[in-house]
Amino acid sequence: MEQRLANSWRMPINDIKFIETALLSDLRVDGRRPFDHRKLTIKLAKEDGSAEVHLGHTHVMAFVTAQLLRPYRDRPNEGSLSIFTEFSPMADPSFEPARPADAAVELGRVIDRGLRESRAIDTESLCVLSGKLVWSIRVDIHILDNAGNLVDAANIAALASLLTFRRPECSLSGDDGQEVVVHPPEHRDPIPLIIHHLPIAVTFGFFSNENLLVIDPTHQEERVMTGRMTATVNSNGDVCAIQKAGGEGVSQSVIMHCLKLAHTKATDITTKIRDAVEIHNNERALRKIKRHSSSVAVDVCGAVIGLGEQNQLDGSHLENLKLKEEENFMECEATPSGQVQSKDQVSKDFVGGPSSWDPYSECVNSDLLKASLASRGPSVPSKQKDSRRETKPKEPPQEIKTDSSPIDNALTAGQNNEGKTLKDAVKPKHKRKKKVSSNSEN
Amino acid sequence: MEYVSPEGLRLDGRRPMEMRQIRAEIGAVSKADGSAIFEMGNTKVIAAVYGPREVQNRSQQISSHALVRCEYSMANFSAGDRMRKPKGDRRSTEISLVIRQTMEACILTHLLPRSQIDIYVQVLQADGGTRSACINAATLALADAGIPMRDLVTSCSAGYLNSTPLLDLNYGEDSAGGPDVTLGILPKLDKVTLLQMDSKLPIDLLENVMQLAIEGCKAIANYIREILLENTNQLEYRRGV
Repeated sequence: MEQRLANSWRMPINDIKFIETALLSDLRVDGRRPFDHRKLTIKLAKEDGSAEVHLGHTHVMAFVTAQLLRPYRDRPNEGSLSIFTEFSPMADPSFEPARPADAAVELGRVIDRGLRESRAIDTESLCVLSGKLVWSIRVDIHILDNAGNLVDAANIAALASLLTFRRPECSLSGDDGQEVVVHPPEHRDPIPLIIHHLPIAVTFGFFSNENLLVIDPTHQEERVMTGRMTATVNSNGDVCAIQKAGGEGVSQSVIMHCLKLAHTKATDITTKIRDAVEIHNNERALRKIKRHSSSVAVDVCGAVIGLGEQNQLDGSHLENLKLKEEENFMECEATPSGQVQSKDQVSKDFVGGPSSWDPYSECVNSDLLKASLASRGPSVPSKQKDSRRETKPKEPPQEIKTDSSPIDNALTAGQNNEGKTLKDAVKPKHKRKKKVSSNSEN
Repeated sequence: MEYVSPEGLRLDGRRPMEMRQIRAEIGAVSKADGSAIFEMGNTKVIAAVYGPREVQNRSQQISSHALVRCEYSMANFSAGDRMRKPKGDRRSTEISLVIRQTMEACILTHLLPRSQIDIYVQVLQADGGTRSACINAATLALADAGIPMRDLVTSCSAGYLNSTPLLDLNYGEDSAGGPDVTLGILPKLDKVTLLQMDSKLPIDLLENVMQLAIEGCKAIANYIREILLENTNQLEYRRGV
């Protein structure tokens, strides 16, 4: 409202009349029918909790973060969800950088109402310590390009980012169970939010002529229309929120008609969002496998370089390893001993292979399997020595090669103890090897 | 918690379809061009209208229409706990926007170009339904200021608790977490201008709740008309007509 005149764009009367006249024949300026949405593209970034939505030319980005905070006094068992919007002047010259305009506040509150009041996000599961510490989820929505209908696009972006967001897992420890330990993502897998349903916002535009009604108005249509209504509906047919803040009066029958239309549109958009999130989750699972191979390679290089430091520990580690291996000989699950065993095979035959390796999964290399079975024949300690000796000349090429076939093997989980066991496995071996080789040289 | 007892009585003893007691008074602020106090049960709201007057900020002047501005604020003492920031917070900004757009739709702004109409609404006592009370008070104040309007705008809230549609929620029922529908209509034209709803409700139940709210709005409209007629009679009497 307090916009500077220079920044507000006035629409010529000709354009206004043209849009209204075209609508009388059910035609919209961009060629759509009155009840068609623009093309919706949802892009989910690699990191969790970030989404980018293109609705036609409207471009919106949302990002979710979580923080441990004190809960509200009247809700000690519930976490909190807050929506913040950034209306950058880059999107529209009428957006002022300093104070949020009325439209910005309205958008934030409409999305907030749709998510919070309808209990779409389960806030009780965000409680860590009742009355003391809860997870506070913050959604930041940035408007990058305003081509009309920001509410719908921002809502979709917020939902997509909340669906892909993963919060760190935390556990209680300490004497009285009052200390909270937040586990970083490398130690424990972060967990997703519990989302019961997806409230989708659908915006309608009303014009001075009774019979004209459009869905998903563009920037020009927003200038021409005299009333707007945003209906937030989920695919179950529940209305989560309605916002019709004044403007042109419409009859009750028109409103009910709009709500039914919103319901059909909501089901479409829900499927689109869920598809995009599923693709993202699949990619995420695949990336987890790749992440192990690259991290193993780094550890190997590190171990080669920083060798002399852990000499005292190596002996005891080695003893432990020997014992473990004797106990769990053929065990191929994601246990530390299994990993150590498999790591031997891995380091013997491959470069930068995955740390936890399940030979009974689909994509196992049959040659590898044969080699591992063959090498398990002789007693464990001598096998270990042999493998270590053999791995030594292979050290330099190990550092270079990272993308060999073991990456294709499907992994079972086990990245929990990956770092610990790998270092334990690799470093003592190197040390022993060097001693043996130096002895042999002498 | 039980919001509707088995006998069909609510927390304050009303029936589900019963509204709270309404009371309105015109001319509360003598300096303003038009003003009114509106009470709905324990919710008390005062509205003052200044205008039509010259636009204070020349850059915002519109050559074909009047500029309508609205400011909603809650008094510090209006709610149970003392409020830290009565205006400027996001809820107040949104409600100001909502009231402005609602009144703008019914004021004949094209009859007053290059002028400004200010509506100030202050909540003195908040017990649920402040938005509706503000719109009703603003309508009365605008009528008192003699600003031409298409129709009155009346507003009422309704909800759905314990499987019963309830009319005119008070604060206890509002904060129960159930659906809360605030509706504003132009009674003679039978058009809905304001519709805000939160919390989940299936579409068919929403229709019932909306219908109930519309009935409530029409009842308030009758009352407002009576008050305005009474006020006009008083003015005639004072002028010696």
